Amino acid sequence: MTTASADGGWLARNRMTITPILFLLPGLLFFSVYVVFPIFQSFYISTFEWNGLGELEEQGRYVGLQNYHELFYYDRNFEISLWNNVRWLVLYLLAIPAGLFIALFLNQTIVGIRVYKSLFFFPFVISQVVVGLVFGWFYLPNDGLFDVLVGWFGIDIKGGVIGNPNTATYGIIVAGLWPQTAYCMILYLTGLNAVDPEQIEAGRLDGAKGWRMLWHVILPQLRPATFIAFVVTIIGALRSFDLISIMTNGGPFGSTRVLSFYMFEKALSEYGFRMGYGSAIAVVLFLIMLIFIGYFLWQMYQDEKALRR
Amino acid sequence: MLKSIKATVAGAALVAGLGTVASADMSGTLRIMSDMSNPGPRAVMEGLAADFGAMHPDLTIELDIIDREAWKSQIRNALSANPPDVVNWYAANRMGPYVDSGLFMDISDWWAAGDYAGLDSVKGAMTIDGKQWGVPYTYYQWGIYYREDIFKELGLTEPATFDEEIANCQVIIDSGRKCYTIGSRYLWTAGGWFDYMNMRTNGFDHHMALARGELSWTEDAGVRETFANWRKLIDMGAYVEDHQTMNWQDAMPAMINGEATAYLMGNFVVDQLRNGGLTDDQLDFYQFPLIGDYPQGEDAPTDTFHVASGAPNPDAARAFLKFVASADVQTAINGPEGLGQLPVNANSAVADDEFIQQGFAMLSGNAQGGVAQFFDRDFPAEMASAGMEGLQEFMVFPDNLDDILDRLEFTRSRVYQ
Repeated sequence: MTTASADGGWLARNRMTITPILFLLPGLLFFSVYVVFPIFQSFYISTFEWNGLGELEEQGRYVGLQNYHELFYYDRNFEISLWNNVRWLVLYLLAIPAGLFIALFLNQTIVGIRVYKSLFFFPFVISQVVVGLVFGWFYLPNDGLFDVLVGWFGIDIKGGVIGNPNTATYGIIVAGLWPQTAYCMILYLTGLNAVDPEQIEAGRLDGAKGWRMLWHVILPQLRPATFIAFVVTIIGALRSFDLISIMTNGGPFGSTRVLSFYMFEKALSEYGFRMGYGSAIAVVLFLIMLIFIGYFLWQMYQDEKALRR
Repeated sequence: MLKSIKATVAGAALVAGLGTVASADMSGTLRIMSDMSNPGPRAVMEGLAADFGAMHPDLTIELDIIDREAWKSQIRNALSANPPDVVNWYAANRMGPYVDSGLFMDISDWWAAGDYAGLDSVKGAMTIDGKQWGVPYTYYQWGIYYREDIFKELGLTEPATFDEEIANCQVIIDSGRKCYTIGSRYLWTAGGWFDYMNMRTNGFDHHMALARGELSWTEDAGVRETFANWRKLIDMGAYVEDHQTMNWQDAMPAMINGEATAYLMGNFVVDQLRNGGLTDDQLDFYQFPLIGDYPQGEDAPTDTFHVASGAPNPDAARAFLKFVASADVQTAINGPEGLGQLPVNANSAVADDEFIQQGFAMLSGNAQGGVAQFFDRDFPAEMASAGMEGLQEFMVFPDNLDDILDRLEFTRSRVYQ
């Protein structure tokens, strides 16, 4: 009689442990094969001089940390790419306040507000390639709208915005901000729906309005939206590859490269036959991302802990 | 267009086929991966495959045509896993990485067996380490294409020396035009200018020694001289502005509208300029003028077929390469109905086209210095990429020359080890 309660045996008894493991298994499997393993593989390949053709074991030459040495001490293009990455990371964050203010502006009930919302969201829907092309025309020297506009103020940028090494990266970042702002806007619009009207009412009774209302009452409630907007913007900044490829192809003279683009150029492009060197760049990029990934994970862990309390 | 090629090629194939290849024993599958993706070349490639298939009824031909630009980075994957039998690529050092990694088959034996009669003049471009790694199927000249009508209007004639070139250019600039159009966004067009400036200033042998990494970019006085000559043109405002934002097609309207009078380009530009509305009365060609006292070297890029080293059906590949290189097929595919370029076989007929004829005469009679491929085919890939970037920068900011040369010298010290 006592054994009857253990119906189904071991499997049934440990159901609570086994079920989540089974559900996690496919994800873990793919994650380790397609993400974790390649990360270690990149570390490994980055210690070789290898043209990416044929077998690494046969044709690769072990060089230790020489690739990194060259990267940090001799490669000016790497330095330029790294700084461009920093520019992207910092300036791309402008999408968050911009998105917030558009969202606040659109968060009202008037006739046809859905149309306006869709129009503001539109740049996020079209492909990055199209955004790149459109801004490319916008920036055209002499004939482009931008050049005409600044021409009225007597400003003439030699070579046009994306033909001049001093302005090109900023020009591309502005192009990238257009869809990214729309993305942040939609995140905040959803967030604003969840703002508690009673708290606003209470704040109003206490005499809060304008900036104080925004800063002390609305924004704290939008914290989850801000976090997500921050995450997607950082990720967007680090994968700025397609806009650069479309608008300048890394030029003029390599001044708009970022690490991901430089890695592609060195390892996989038409003239790129340095798999080891490209992997070293990828590793550096990974380490930069790791800072943010670490922060995101820590933040989410803190949030969960707070919830469990 | 396709039909007429097919007809000529089929006729030629019949003769060639009966005479030389025992066609009956060919069976299995021949897989070809081609980069001839533009409409004209595509029809040629499809015609070649169809005709070769007709000669060998038991042989199945699988033809994949990949976008020409995409192929430049896809070829490595195509050759690594499950390789096809025959692929398209380019001659000279551009073959280097694939030869070094053993992905192209050494076909020296086929050359030695006399498969490619009439191809002696192009054999050098297919040779690395004393072995041959492929077979060319077409090439074309580079040179200065110019607006004949504007030259006439200004009373100019084709210059033979650099001094005349500069004198001409000054007249053109004074008339409110630019001398040359160029779109350097994808860098290689700047490479063409350097090729010619250096081959004319220091001679073909110097240029090739530089390509082989034997000369220093910073120490060699000749290199400095080349850039000094080039700078004369840049400083006088000979080039269209903002060329770093344009690709080579974007640069064409300047010439078609008459804002610029000339274009240093490969012969493929003729077709595009004609499509743009220029007639043969408005358009002409001259060889890049002399600078130093050296026999002229010319750029004549050659496009090629190769056999993958893992090819499952090398016999069929061999027959196909022989077929492509044969005199009659060469005449047909390079004719005005086909590629409109120069045949690689000395026994072929050259198309009756003003520009192809001029190019042929130039390359066969007036290129005693030697025939180069092109900057990005003669220099190793990494040197070419760093080099062309520096050349583009020089064209926009000539003052940065010292800095540019330092970078190129560093790349040289790394690449040729």
